[in-house]
Amino acid sequence: MAAHEPISELRLEGITKRFPGVLACDGISLQVKRGEVLALVGENGAGKTTLMNIIMGLYRPDSGTISVNGEPVHFKAPGDAYARGIGMVHQHFMLVPNMTVAENLALGLKELHRFLRLDIKGAAKRIREISERYELPVNPDAYIWQLSVGEQQRVELVKTLCLGARLLILDEPTSALTPQETDDLIVRLQRMASELAIIFISHKLNEVKTLSDRVSILRHGAVVFNGHTVNHEPAELAALMTGHEVSLPHNEGSGLQGETLLNIKDLCVRGDRGNLVLDHLNLELRAGEILGMAGVSGNGQREFADALAGLRPVESGQMLFQNRDLANKTPREIIESGMGYVPEDRQTEGIVPSFSVKDNLILKDFGTDQFSRMSFLRHKAIDANAAELKVQFDVRCPSTSTATGSLSGGNIQKVILAREISRSPKALVAVYPTRGIDMGAQEFIHSQLLERRRQGVGIILISEELEEVMNLSDRIAVIYKGRILKILSAVEATRERLGILMAGLEDSEQPPPSPAAAPGGTHE
Amino acid sequence: MNKQKVIYGTVVILAVSLIAALVVALVLLSIGASPLETYKTILLGPLSDLFGMTEVLVRAVPLLLVGLGIAISFRSGIINIGAEGQIQMGVLASTAVALALPGLPKLYLLPMALMAGALAGAIWGGIAGWLRARLQVNEILSTVMLNYIAGQIYTFLLRGPMLDPAEREMGSGTPQSMRLPDHVILDYIVPGTRLHTGLILALVMALLVWILLWKTTLGYRMRAAGAGAKAARYAGIPVERYLIVAMLFAGGFAGLAGAVEVTGVHHRAIEGISSGYGFAGIVVALFGMLHPAGIIPSAAFFGVLLIGADMTQRSAGVPANMVLVLQGVIILSIVSAQSFLRNPYAQERLLRWFQNLLPTALRTKKGGQ
Repeated sequence: MAAHEPISELRLEGITKRFPGVLACDGISLQVKRGEVLALVGENGAGKTTLMNIIMGLYRPDSGTISVNGEPVHFKAPGDAYARGIGMVHQHFMLVPNMTVAENLALGLKELHRFLRLDIKGAAKRIREISERYELPVNPDAYIWQLSVGEQQRVELVKTLCLGARLLILDEPTSALTPQETDDLIVRLQRMASELAIIFISHKLNEVKTLSDRVSILRHGAVVFNGHTVNHEPAELAALMTGHEVSLPHNEGSGLQGETLLNIKDLCVRGDRGNLVLDHLNLELRAGEILGMAGVSGNGQREFADALAGLRPVESGQMLFQNRDLANKTPREIIESGMGYVPEDRQTEGIVPSFSVKDNLILKDFGTDQFSRMSFLRHKAIDANAAELKVQFDVRCPSTSTATGSLSGGNIQKVILAREISRSPKALVAVYPTRGIDMGAQEFIHSQLLERRRQGVGIILISEELEEVMNLSDRIAVIYKGRILKILSAVEATRERLGILMAGLEDSEQPPPSPAAAPGGTHE
Repeated sequence: MNKQKVIYGTVVILAVSLIAALVVALVLLSIGASPLETYKTILLGPLSDLFGMTEVLVRAVPLLLVGLGIAISFRSGIINIGAEGQIQMGVLASTAVALALPGLPKLYLLPMALMAGALAGAIWGGIAGWLRARLQVNEILSTVMLNYIAGQIYTFLLRGPMLDPAEREMGSGTPQSMRLPDHVILDYIVPGTRLHTGLILALVMALLVWILLWKTTLGYRMRAAGAGAKAARYAGIPVERYLIVAMLFAGGFAGLAGAVEVTGVHHRAIEGISSGYGFAGIVVALFGMLHPAGIIPSAAFFGVLLIGADMTQRSAGVPANMVLVLQGVIILSIVSAQSFLRNPYAQERLLRWFQNLLPTALRTKKGGQ
């Protein structure tokens, strides 16, 4: 890296990349300079990741040029990109948990490897220099597993800077952070931006608005918009990102709510790291309502959904479903009691990807008399069921024998929804049901959820998209640090109010309903 | 299974075989043998007369049985490397039953001996399944270690408690059991050859495995647990339980293979009776795309290879162990083909490499397509 002057400008011109059957990048031109933050936004599958992989030298573009400081470059591997001062922080951290921060840095720095000796002290010294210079406090001797997600994020930044990068590509850096950590990161990035160039990839338009100077929007592999962030409102950017005037169905709120279906009392659940993630959570779901659960991801939504599905042990508390406690019941018992579930990760939790559409449609019901007799599958009934649901739920697949994993996200979600709804559940838990899928499918899924609500099904809708929650819900519960901070009725809920609550600030209009704050409840 | 998948899989298997054949050709060249001659002897030699053909099928029987069990376990998401030990346990159990109850009529004793073999194999496989399901012990490690334990038990019993008393008296000390009573021995299908009714049993088993995996709810559960453990768990399938069930089946089939070998071919427990079938069965199963309809021809093909390799040793001086090299190369090729097909980066790199081989003019034309 000594041979080149520091990076002051990166320019992409006409980058095109084709994969079999897909045009991933279609003549993309971008430019970012030192002292500037460029936000790159787009829906899933818009081509952001492919583009970044091209910059880092993991893919070679079919056509187009990349130039650094006006000089064309051809990167063959990430090492080449780093040599010219370009570094990337991936969405999923690339750190070895049982090594220290300094050891993690040493992995990537060849000059520390002298004959049979590794200069760990040199690595630690580098880290201290960089972390002081950019005000990113990091302890070089800490083990990665001891650090919080926010701290690990800082380690990634420091590591990338130590490796010589002066243009940083940050791929959805806030997706795993708590709101405080996010704010902290944004402030630090703002400070660092004066000396660096930053490409900031995100879905979250409010972060884009705060941090970036310019914004480029990708759709179907092409840049559809370039502009200065100050001149545009998040809503405008959202419309550009999706390419549609957003016209999703609304909950007309006829107030048909019935008796209490699910009553969750003082639910405590531990997370993967053993900390208390749900802390005396209380919630009530009535028949015929959609209860939206809004919150920044990582506040216990995942664990809440897992506990409801019977996949995570409940430490204490009750989940009364029609007066029967479902806490610590097996998934099978919970399914049979009439709960439906649309899981967060549709590719691995919702379907068996290599199974055909028809086989996935009976994933919960293969044992019933409808689909098997004397433990032999009834293939005719399975085919008929699939043929019917394919039409009813508008699943677009070549045939019901197609491997489900090869379908688009929207169609996979329709398969899952078809399975769950056709089982006529009494309650349905839908976790991020429309994340990353196209608007047509989104609209269909929303109208299906509203239709079930009219039929008296109680639905818990967990989502980080405020729009979705506000459009569909009768009531909105805001989850923060494993508790329901407040429940608003649909009329009370505004974007601003929910935003404040999601950040953990209790709004001042009314005193919050105290969620049984037992002293010593937090074990962390 | 749809047509496209079958065609695609067949193409992959053929490409893999070709690559493996080329790699082994290099090895053959390096020891001074002619690859073409060797392949001709290996592939055509065994099929040139009736005896050769029946011998191929004699080898195919245990390969088929082991391969079926491996297919069940792989489909259920657990990798069974322990067939070798499971075969040995099967041999011991069926020999012990046959020798302990010589007074029973054939109608009872033969099925009992076969079932004892299957049961012993199932238990041996089930241990690894249980360790994985309850204690998260990696099944690759545990099955390999169980192979060693089974091997030692086998040697101990054949040299000690189960040693043929005649051997002890004569002092020749060949470690083998007493000969099984005549009425527990499988009948021959073709007189004058060693082809026994175990072949029919194995083919019936292949049919049963197909029914089990694709026609029953148990098979559906096992395949769901193997192909998408998380989704299966969300759908209320207790995945861990089916890991154990899968290992019981896999071990059971290997144990049955052992019992068939002893009652059909050797008629007594001898050392080296499993002769690598446990490992070759893995190749057979993968080569047959983990489907009974593929495993039957695959078992026959590897039977040809085994007999053919013996013939090249005699006629061309190429060591028979060359077939082990071939097996190893085939496994490596299949596994790398699979991970290659999952890795877009690798495909991109290969494509780039091919493009660089083309003249520049062609390359730009291709890029602009």
